[in-house]
Amino acid sequence: MPGTGTGKLVRRIAWQLRLVFLFAVLAVLPYLLSYSQQEIAVLLVINVLLVSSYRLLTLTGEWSLGHVVIMGVGAYASALLAKRLGVSVPVSLLLGGGIAAATAAVLSFPLFRMKGFYFLIGSFAAGEIIRLIWKRFTEPFGGPKGLKRIDAFPDIDIGFLSIDFFEPVNYYFLALVVVSASLFVLYRIERSRIGLTFHAIHWQDRLAESVGIDTFRYRTLAFVIASFFAGIAGGLYAHYVGAVNPTRFGVDQMVYVLVWAIVGGTATFHGPILGVVVLTVINEIVLRALGLDTARPLIYGAILILSVLYLPNGLESLAPRVRERVRRWRSGPAATGEGAG
Amino acid sequence: MNAPDERPILEARGLTRRFGGLVAVDNFSFSVREGAIHGLIGPNGAGKTTTFNVISGFYAPTAGQVFFRGLDISGRKTSTLAAMGLVRTFQGSTLFQEFSALDNVRVGRHLGARARFLSRLLGTDRSSEREADAKALATLAFFGLEELADEPVSNLPHGHQRMLGMAVALAAEPRVMLLDEPFTGMNPEETRRMMALVRRIRDRGVTVMLVEHDMQAVMNLCDIITVMNFGALLVEGVPEVVRNDPAVIEAYLGSATANGANDAA
Repeated sequence: MPGTGTGKLVRRIAWQLRLVFLFAVLAVLPYLLSYSQQEIAVLLVINVLLVSSYRLLTLTGEWSLGHVVIMGVGAYASALLAKRLGVSVPVSLLLGGGIAAATAAVLSFPLFRMKGFYFLIGSFAAGEIIRLIWKRFTEPFGGPKGLKRIDAFPDIDIGFLSIDFFEPVNYYFLALVVVSASLFVLYRIERSRIGLTFHAIHWQDRLAESVGIDTFRYRTLAFVIASFFAGIAGGLYAHYVGAVNPTRFGVDQMVYVLVWAIVGGTATFHGPILGVVVLTVINEIVLRALGLDTARPLIYGAILILSVLYLPNGLESLAPRVRERVRRWRSGPAATGEGAG
Repeated sequence: MNAPDERPILEARGLTRRFGGLVAVDNFSFSVREGAIHGLIGPNGAGKTTTFNVISGFYAPTAGQVFFRGLDISGRKTSTLAAMGLVRTFQGSTLFQEFSALDNVRVGRHLGARARFLSRLLGTDRSSEREADAKALATLAFFGLEELADEPVSNLPHGHQRMLGMAVALAAEPRVMLLDEPFTGMNPEETRRMMALVRRIRDRGVTVMLVEHDMQAVMNLCDIITVMNFGALLVEGVPEVVRNDPAVIEAYLGSATANGANDAA
């Protein structure tokens, strides 16, 4: 089968070229943006990790309403470790992810007794409890005002090279490296047998269980991995913005994550990423230019309804559709010509 | 102690399962000999499927025990039982409908394709995955489905879906396979082919226990048949004995007096 072999190689090279091109664009991008847009770009990169980690959980068929709170667990943990215990920030970031993952592992015992809608509500309740704990305990969580003056990422200064991560451009690149590495791991997991098993549990959990898949363990695994990366996203956020509070991780933020995921489409890896990028661009550039950015919830709601009605498989399904149209449009005249001949 | 070849591989003792006030399985005992094709039959509502669900760990028994290879397995998780070698199939076309036929069987290889999390991530599980793929393909070939390996399940005709369901279970390399209505919805030709497959599975050293409504198939295929009625044991024996047992005939066909007695019970 040499034909399929070269076909595979060509496709692989095309894929790698596309990736190189993407990274080139991402490398140039911040220099084309204004200072405030650079700040938005940093948050966008962080949100890409948030929504992609969320998708990993949805592979098992469970939709959580606590994902943003879990992100907050990572943010609070990393911030407190750095502030109170003097842990250096890159280490606290990883530990924050670990604490978010551990929180998910503990929560999975009550939560995965439920499925579907009940899991959704249960995850919401669990998230609200965590938020109430932040609000109630001023020590160490800072109460409703949260934590302020969180340590920033330490500057790199080794003679010829000095990077100040207070600059959005520099933090953008830092976040880009961390998020790219995280996305690579998430992608590998999905492409491995673990991903196959997640899908299997989603479609037929009883059949999966009957061939020896411990569905509770695998649901927990998905939840723990998703939460680890949500926690990393939280840490990246905390050390960039320098402040966290319970409201920042509220259910309205969770609704945005859901809208990104649904509008983008959760069937493919890139769907939710597409969703968050397109909606952020619409929000920050189009709406801001029109002076409508305060109407964001309204417009997000409208976009959600429209996409569910007209693009039920999300933005990701748009590209194949357009390609199909173009192909038909191209072959159309030729085909009718043949018919006439 | 019994001789090893007579020791049952699967056994239920005083099995009872209640749902609220309803007693679906009532003090039911049976034993399955290793290497047998063992039928479990009974009129609708006799408790066959509930019995299967209790044996395979979907429900815990209210009372009584299930023994598998001499171990008490009552109330253990389905996945644990599968790892021990007790695997069930399902009624109808319970499959991963969105997957290809091959991916269905690959999921069935779950227990045989173990790898560490890190090696999954790094791709060093490739050799064990290749082996799993080869075994999955061999299992498909056993059922004559190898040409449909890349076909999405939803495109397969009903008969093929039923065979694929058995292929998924067989890929888990069971010692005992529980088949839940393997012939339902099949035409006579498909049933004949399926019966031959069940025999070949048994010849590979897998003990088979099946629940089925197709009497002719059960009588022709099974070495021994257990008949259930109202959750309890009615008769057990070889097909010829069961076929001619007045109690069995009455349970299936009923009579005026029998119906009256049943209603009272």
